[in-house]
Amino acid sequence: MELTQSQWIPLPRQEVWDALNDPQVLKACIAGCESLDRVSDTEYALLVVAAIGPVKARFKGKLQLADLDPPQSYTLSFDGQGGVAGFGKGSAAVSLFEQGDQTRLDYSVKAQVGGRIAQVGSRLIDAAAKKMAEDFFAAFIRHLAPPTAAGGPPGEAPRTGLAVAWWWAMAVAGLLLLAYWLTR
Amino acid sequence: MSATGIGARVERKEDRRFLTGAGQYTDDVLLPGQTYAYFLRSPHAHAKIKTINSAAAKAAPGVLAVFTGEDIAGKVNGLPCGWLITDVNGQPMKEPPHPVLAQGKVRHVGDQVALVVAETYFQARDAAELIEVDYEVLPAVVKASDADKPGQPAVHDIAPDNVSYVWALGDKAGTDAAFAKAAHVTRLDFHNNRLIPNAIEPRAANASYNRADESYTLYVANQNPHVERLLMTAFVLGLPEHKVRVIAPDVGGGFGSKIFLYAEDAALTWASRQLCRPIKWTADRTEAFLTDAHGRDHTTTAELALDQDGHFLAMRVKTRANLGAYLSTFASSVPTILYATLLAGQYKTPFIHCEVTSVFTNTAPVDAYRGAGRPEATYVVERLVSTAARELGIDQAEIRRRNFVTQFPYQTPVALMYDTGDYNAIMNKALQMADVAGYAQRKTATQAKGLLRGIGYSSYIEACGLAPSNIAGALGARAGLFEAGEIRVHPTGSVTVFTGSHSHGQGHETSFAQVVSDRLGIPIENVDVVHGDTGRVPFGMGTYGSRSLSVGGSAIIKALDKIIAKGKKIAAHLLEASDADIVFKNGAFSIEGTDKNVPFGGVAFAAYVPHNYPLDKLEPGLNENAFYDPTNFTFPAGTYICEIEIDPQTGQTRIDRFTAVDDFGNIVNPMLVEGQVHGGLAQGIGQALLEECRYDPESGQLLSASYSDYAMPRADDLPSFQIGTTCTPCTHNPLGVKGCGEAGAIGSPPAVINAIVDALAAYGVRDVPMPATPQRVWQAIQNAKA
Repeated sequence: MELTQSQWIPLPRQEVWDALNDPQVLKACIAGCESLDRVSDTEYALLVVAAIGPVKARFKGKLQLADLDPPQSYTLSFDGQGGVAGFGKGSAAVSLFEQGDQTRLDYSVKAQVGGRIAQVGSRLIDAAAKKMAEDFFAAFIRHLAPPTAAGGPPGEAPRTGLAVAWWWAMAVAGLLLLAYWLTR
Repeated sequence: MSATGIGARVERKEDRRFLTGAGQYTDDVLLPGQTYAYFLRSPHAHAKIKTINSAAAKAAPGVLAVFTGEDIAGKVNGLPCGWLITDVNGQPMKEPPHPVLAQGKVRHVGDQVALVVAETYFQARDAAELIEVDYEVLPAVVKASDADKPGQPAVHDIAPDNVSYVWALGDKAGTDAAFAKAAHVTRLDFHNNRLIPNAIEPRAANASYNRADESYTLYVANQNPHVERLLMTAFVLGLPEHKVRVIAPDVGGGFGSKIFLYAEDAALTWASRQLCRPIKWTADRTEAFLTDAHGRDHTTTAELALDQDGHFLAMRVKTRANLGAYLSTFASSVPTILYATLLAGQYKTPFIHCEVTSVFTNTAPVDAYRGAGRPEATYVVERLVSTAARELGIDQAEIRRRNFVTQFPYQTPVALMYDTGDYNAIMNKALQMADVAGYAQRKTATQAKGLLRGIGYSSYIEACGLAPSNIAGALGARAGLFEAGEIRVHPTGSVTVFTGSHSHGQGHETSFAQVVSDRLGIPIENVDVVHGDTGRVPFGMGTYGSRSLSVGGSAIIKALDKIIAKGKKIAAHLLEASDADIVFKNGAFSIEGTDKNVPFGGVAFAAYVPHNYPLDKLEPGLNENAFYDPTNFTFPAGTYICEIEIDPQTGQTRIDRFTAVDDFGNIVNPMLVEGQVHGGLAQGIGQALLEECRYDPESGQLLSASYSDYAMPRADDLPSFQIGTTCTPCTHNPLGVKGCGEAGAIGSPPAVINAIVDALAAYGVRDVPMPATPQRVWQAIQNAKA
């Protein structure tokens, strides 16, 4: 799967960059993230529990940052194992361009899946990943530049935006789960 | 002809139990102390296994054992290949190990890595999730066309260029010389699409060990239990054969995919002894897609040389066959012995040369699938012939007639000797049944609807009745190919037939009973057929290659002959006559020319209650067995005519008419034959229009691993078939039968594609790849327009 998209974020580049690189933000952002441990400056280990309908599975993943050129660009590679549901791996090249007080985020993702997800879900991936990307950035923008009007119902925890190209890691995890569920 | 004898449309005896849910399939077998297995499989096409941690799985609820490659190393051998092919350089094929559980490396998605045994299936499956396998993923070689290019990863160390063998058949110099002087050469390049068999019953096995007598019983969904036992005991597990009983009970379809000895069968059998508990495994549908041996997957360049009158001078064929990751049981014979030998088709092409390069890739093993080599050969021949006819402006029927073999026996330039046939008679009947005369009118009507109409021919031949053992042995077979049968006459005159052939949809219990009922003149209800059990049937080579009736049936005939010969002696004693004067007819032994007779049942009774019996010269009892080894292959042949309509706006192809006329020799049960032809046609049309196994070309992930991505033919994809037969009885087996199980799948793909190409000829389209999906047909039209 390959996907290239752009997203406008109504914040200065440095702020966007910082948010994308803050592990605390990351951990808070990723739904179902049980742990996110910094292994080194450029490597994280994470454990995510993802659920679709009645099915839940735990995904073990590794994130590596490379080609860091703050605050302009970096590459993030991901490798996640979902047990018998299969695996997902790939990389995302992320670039930030400043224009006035806005930032354009370009990202280009290559992802490969294997195991059950490839067997039953291959043709769902592109559409699903795209949808998740859109959802992710909507949430990300909401988080970094919350609308002044009340968003959610009272009492709901503020939705912290998911960070970086997490969306696709999650897309893979979600699809793995879907694949797993479909073939149970 | 009696109502139940040879030639009668007897309804299938087995259908009552199948239709009322009383069938007993392997998964229905529940043994005392039953446990269940789950195989953890590789998610990668090619990877080193660095470590496997199964501690958590072993501690999981209900788990009895977890076995990995390490546990069986040195105890369980790899799976053997049953056919040795010799490379053109004189060396034996590269035959890499085929481990039962991965030994440090996985070579295709679905390769078995660990076996988990638990009290329930779901416990085993849940525990498998806890096994941590640390893989080092390696680059995969997926496309056969790339396999021997420099820099490609090697699937096996012993074949660094991934080539198992290069094999050739035919007179190369003679072929090249004929091409040099040809007036016309037709050339085509195509891919015979890879298929997944999809038997309705997935593979299943239930293995048990009895420590009382140190014996094993394996229930398995299999087409040839004796072969399974032989291969498993002699090569894989090193067990004494007499301590292993293999039972293939009701089996829900095979199409070749259940001929083979699979790793799961051997692993379960071995593990059942470790645990002293029976272990059952039934593949889920995804496992079936991933691990049943696939079919076809040939890439071919084919050329036909003709003179100016359309006479065939020579054929030159170069094929690359994808073997997958391992040599499955008969994988090596399919793209060679069962393929190149059929390239003569129904034609007297004087020179044929075929070269086959078979390569390993990181995909599931590829082996025999309905037709096994012969559909691939027929596709080569009939696409070439149709294309040549179009290029030379010769009528499709006419070019075939000009080249038909008409003198029999006929020695082909590719090793076979056709014993009999009448291809013109088949063509005549096909033209008439298909109403080819009315085609022009139908075409006009189609055009009036804004659609395209095309007509396609395919005149196939196949070699069935596998096989004369000595010839097969000379060609590399590592097994005999005879068949065994036993006739047990009970004291009251009813009969149990034991056959080494196996029925998994063919209807042996009916057709074999018809043969026996006919020969012995007893009611068909008095005949039961037993098959699929090494503990009951003396021996057998099983069912494949449309061999059951021609080889298995012939063994039964031989045993019946012995029964009748002995019966005559008993009758002669009872009738106080000489043996030579006794005739057996209509179920009674009589003194020739008199009405003095004793019925078959009377002879049977005398044999078992031998009070009045020639005990001094004849043993009591009436029980005979026979082995039959054929002296030649049989050669069913047919002409199929397909008419299609294409919507040029969508590329959608609809089969409007399909006529199949086959010469199967004598026919025991026309209804069963029609059923076989219908099923074969559905599968062949599925190959032509719908089915395609597709791997991701880089990662080696199977993309068509479910019914949402692998299109099986459905009822509304098929027309109502016009089916007819002609008959030239086989000259060398006692029933004069040839075999009908694969014909439909062999003859139909080129008929469909020829029809599509005919419809698109106006655009200048010369070829459309299989499967001819709407997208491909539409694209072919657009490309031709551009």
